[in-house]
Amino acid sequence: MPRMAPSAYVWLLLGFAYFFIPLLATFLFSLDKNSTGKCCTVASYTWVVHQHDFWHTLKLSFLLALETIAISLALFVPTVYWVHLKVPKLRPVLAFMALVPFVVPPIVLVVGLLSVYKGTPSWFYAQPWGFLVVAYVILAFPYMFFSLDAGFRSIDVHTLTEASQSLGASWPVTLVKVILPNIRVAALAGSFLALAIVMGEFTIANLSQFYTFPIFLQYVNETQAYPAAALTLMSFAITWAAMLSLLFIGRKRGQRAAFLTGAR
Amino acid sequence: MPFFAYAFAFLFLPAGQVLVGAFKSQHGGWTFRNIENLFHQPYVGAFQNSIELSAVTALIGGAGGLLIAYAAIREGTPRWIRSGLTTFSGVAANFGGIPLAFAFIATLGAIGIVTRFFQNQLHYNIYQHGFSLFTKTGVEIVYLYFQLPLMILVIAPAIDGLKREWREAAANLGARPLQFWRFVGIPVLMPSMLGAMILLFGNAFAAYATAYSLGYRNLITIFIGAYYSGNVLSDPHFGQAMALGMFFVLAVMMVVYIPLQRRAARWAK
Repeated sequence: MPRMAPSAYVWLLLGFAYFFIPLLATFLFSLDKNSTGKCCTVASYTWVVHQHDFWHTLKLSFLLALETIAISLALFVPTVYWVHLKVPKLRPVLAFMALVPFVVPPIVLVVGLLSVYKGTPSWFYAQPWGFLVVAYVILAFPYMFFSLDAGFRSIDVHTLTEASQSLGASWPVTLVKVILPNIRVAALAGSFLALAIVMGEFTIANLSQFYTFPIFLQYVNETQAYPAAALTLMSFAITWAAMLSLLFIGRKRGQRAAFLTGAR
Repeated sequence: MPFFAYAFAFLFLPAGQVLVGAFKSQHGGWTFRNIENLFHQPYVGAFQNSIELSAVTALIGGAGGLLIAYAAIREGTPRWIRSGLTTFSGVAANFGGIPLAFAFIATLGAIGIVTRFFQNQLHYNIYQHGFSLFTKTGVEIVYLYFQLPLMILVIAPAIDGLKREWREAAANLGARPLQFWRFVGIPVLMPSMLGAMILLFGNAFAAYATAYSLGYRNLITIFIGAYYSGNVLSDPHFGQAMALGMFFVLAVMMVVYIPLQRRAARWAK
């Protein structure tokens, strides 16, 4: 076994310092007293959990994430299934469409959505459940697609479908009882990605003026320095939880880690 | 299929609206005025600045990410470092936006922990010596926090593709390590590296929340945001023209990216 090269030490240490110091600094900062700026108190954390808006926006963002996940799965699972089963020729078309959101970043997407849907009924346009979720499903689309596509490729769609149908199952029964359990891991992976996207998405919510969790975070950043550090760590914890669950469930399948573009 | 209807209504229609709307005047006719205005200040400056910032973070992030990934993958480095790094990169590449900006404010802001450390222990106030987190350099430092891990994630498989036998073969033929990199390593990695850096460029170019939270204004995404959230909505078509400009830069990027990706795949087998 050769020894570790000295230059490898240097680069890894530098990298470690750059990534670790801001996390540690945020933690130390969150323990500082608001009045004196000195260590140590948990007042920032108590402040955060006593904010009505904290629970309110956290809940809103979480419910928006659930709605996004439900709509995405309902939309993409049958589509990807159908494409794999009947029209494999369309697969490249879908893969190409999944790249479109990279060329149309959130800021451009929201400009387009605002100009198309301005003046539509307020139950859609003025509600986060309508307007925001519609945009979030588009943001989640590439991650859902690549995740589900990998899932469907690893199972034998044709045999499963034929077996199910020859035993007398209808299409919906086949989809829910036979296909879905087999792509469970892929669907979960896509869902965790969607969760991470929605919990961190700022651009679209800000421009369409909805009060979600990242907007609350920005508001605290501007007004309360020390509690903002506490809130930042909590927000990081949400990303950690979502991404680590993703890596954990993906490990058995050898899936690679993903990165998101929505949050920036 | 409902999916195609959905994608049409909420992706292609809005994107199309931006494309077409950019060429419309406020009174309904067609015009190139909006596009022409993009080439005037301050808009052209914002575009240049966005492109510069994205290019700088893509280059530094690309080079740094490559070095860190190589250091973790090369022989002699324990396996756990590699798996730890991949896991951490998978998470850190997704840190971004508002929390990331604040983490750096708490670190390098005017009363950040590191700033205070320099002040108290070394009696050196970095803010009195020209540094500020809220300038272009500051924003670049923050962007690297998601650029570096993204590079590590994307380039690690390509580095795995550098076969050990090539190194040994080169050494047997009398090549020095530098010569190995000059004639084998870099040429093989080049398409993947360029492809990854283009990805990093697009990643930084589309970013909005991080710079917004740092209060840095001279970026095209921030201009679009300000244009739409301002009270006076002068001409929505100009906002669309700015969006079209962004779309154009990203489309050029994609056109370069796809062939590079194909070339990079050649060595991946």
